[in-house]
Amino acid sequence: MSILLSRHSRVICQGFTGKQGTFHSEQCIAYGTRVVGGVTPGRAGQTHLGLPVFNSAHKAVEKTGADVSMIYVPAGGAADAILEAADAGIKLIVCITEGIPVNDMIRVKEALKDYAARLVGPNCPGVITPGEAKVGIMPGFIHQAGRVGIVSRSGTLTYEAVFQTTRLGLGQSTCVGIGGDPVRGMNFVDVLALFESDPGTDGVIMVGEIGGSDEEAGAEFIREHLTKPVVAYIAGVTAPPGKRMGHAGAVIAGGKGTAADKYAALERAGVRTVHSPAELGSAMAEALKGRIRVRPAHARSAARTVPPAKPAATRPAVRPPPRKPASAKASGSASRKAGRSNKRR
Amino acid sequence: MNLHEFQAKELFRRYGIAVPEGRVASTGAEAVAAAEALGGNLWVVKAQVHAGGRGKAGGVKLCRSVEEVRAASDALLGTRLVTKQTGPDGLPIHQVYVEVGSPIARELYLSLLLNRDRSRLAFIASAAGGMDIEEVAARTPDRILRVEIHPAAGLAGYQCRLLAFGLGLTGAQIAQFETIARGIYKLYVDNDCSLVEVNPLIVTKDGVVLALDAKINIDPNAVFRQPSIANYRDPSQEDPMEREASEHDLNYVSLDGDIACMVNGAGLAMATMDLIKLHGGQPANFLDVGGGATPERVTAAFKLILSNVRVRAILVNIFGGIVRCDIIAEGVIAAVKTTGVTVPVIVRLEGTNADVARQQLANSGLAITPASDLADAASKAVRLAAGRQGQAA
Repeated sequence: MSILLSRHSRVICQGFTGKQGTFHSEQCIAYGTRVVGGVTPGRAGQTHLGLPVFNSAHKAVEKTGADVSMIYVPAGGAADAILEAADAGIKLIVCITEGIPVNDMIRVKEALKDYAARLVGPNCPGVITPGEAKVGIMPGFIHQAGRVGIVSRSGTLTYEAVFQTTRLGLGQSTCVGIGGDPVRGMNFVDVLALFESDPGTDGVIMVGEIGGSDEEAGAEFIREHLTKPVVAYIAGVTAPPGKRMGHAGAVIAGGKGTAADKYAALERAGVRTVHSPAELGSAMAEALKGRIRVRPAHARSAARTVPPAKPAATRPAVRPPPRKPASAKASGSASRKAGRSNKRR
Repeated sequence: MNLHEFQAKELFRRYGIAVPEGRVASTGAEAVAAAEALGGNLWVVKAQVHAGGRGKAGGVKLCRSVEEVRAASDALLGTRLVTKQTGPDGLPIHQVYVEVGSPIARELYLSLLLNRDRSRLAFIASAAGGMDIEEVAARTPDRILRVEIHPAAGLAGYQCRLLAFGLGLTGAQIAQFETIARGIYKLYVDNDCSLVEVNPLIVTKDGVVLALDAKINIDPNAVFRQPSIANYRDPSQEDPMEREASEHDLNYVSLDGDIACMVNGAGLAMATMDLIKLHGGQPANFLDVGGGATPERVTAAFKLILSNVRVRAILVNIFGGIVRCDIIAEGVIAAVKTTGVTVPVIVRLEGTNADVARQQLANSGLAITPASDLADAASKAVRLAAGRQGQAA
């Protein structure tokens, strides 16, 4: 099991024929993602990477039955592309584009309330369910199918967590990069809720950074709703206030959004926090001790030697069997979830 | 991107937001001419720098004659103003703003910015103006008024009235305030601001509501579509190294330590700084070379890092995803050769083609210290930097 994305997902790419869209679509296809076409306005009827190009997301959905879109449209047009995908009936929109004006995202966020679509990003590495599908720019070969869910605001820092869990043989159920912008689609809380109700996820690694209070909201949610162990790291302990640290969202403003505040909130929620990102994997392994089987030796060699073109080889031949109380747990979390939605609305 | 007060007030006037009469000046003579043209017998001379806290730092001077205007301007122009927001080096004063003095009856606070938790713009207002608003919010949260703006509905009349009455305004001031609030909202949206702040917003002794100060920040992601705003940029107010970095598409922030970092990805760059600190060292900078790092960018990054004389060690931390580690290794080798680095260079490469890259570094014959993982890299960097410190002393 996994969240958001599986081998059955039918994926289109908006900004398909551009440099970024072309390169990453190729990589996603090579990973095994079922890419069914792409959108570049004015290029309908052409074939790109052996797949049909459409003028609109609407036409692409109609002709291919796509339910996922990845967006590589440049910053000036990316907000428009998100709205187009939602209006076309796409269920999962993954926006990789960096540098979208914040005021555009405020309008997009409001408009998306009219649709069933979930948005991941913008300014994110995307979503991957190892061994099944990747929608984004992450290097597929470092991943391994497994049972740790990863949710992160940072791209390369996600790769660190992935790499460590692969080396330790834990693997990942799904990894979600929610992005570094202040106004974005899915947040920690949304992804944590999905991991909690996913029987294929045994524990969650959460990677946050300075700025905003989404980690604090995540901590509150964990305290009330999560039964699975959570390990967290927050980047930016040394960041000075008022300086934007690369990501538009990573800035300590008005004395708020410091790493210390976030660590304190997470620790109050019973989260295992680590102050070195090098310890994310080992802390997760510790938290899951006795809960799942790990295969460290094989995984270590697999992660180092498998070339990017053959990602399927990183999947373990046999998945660990689900634990006995899994079904009871799933129904338990479903009722908790219902309780939550009452509470939040 | 930040604007100067005089630029912000120019925009304020354009959007019908009431501000005192004023003119910008680059010399004492221009300042005198400005004061004479403005008339009256009370002026304020304000240093134009991209930082708050100017008043307490001596950057705002009240003048009762044109001679005083000249003296105040001469004293400020060409110097550097150090406020609590500038850091110890301060910022250069190339211009002053000469403004008609306003008789103040009340000082209020008004700002418009993003409420990240709600993904909406919000007006923040307080009757406790002229003070540090963060302090007011922390000590007396009940003195902070807040309205959130629906992006489709825009700023509503009732919201303006809620703020105006909440601020204790009366009579004609209610309508004056609404004009100011509407102007600020339109200005914010039209120009892709990330902050518009008026502190203080005043009520004069004649009962008129005026924006006495004006601070505008622009969303850097949107500058590309705001050509007129882009012209307001003043590079003299930017950190020279950060400015140099932006020209090479590098994301750089100066810090006080002695271990330079070069990392791909903002999160990993912050994490690398944190690790240095965790191992007892101090980072000299934040530097994200981005996802598409090329050998040229790596070389540019090395040059930038080395222009900081405090640097005692360089830590390169790359997790190759899209970017291949062997390309980075080539860049590091070329950079070490061309820049003649004399401080220790510690390199940790992981991800795509990391094995090839490690071999390249080992075969280069250069004194590059390899590190096996994140923690190893940080501890080696701290140790080697400390060693250099010992030698120097």
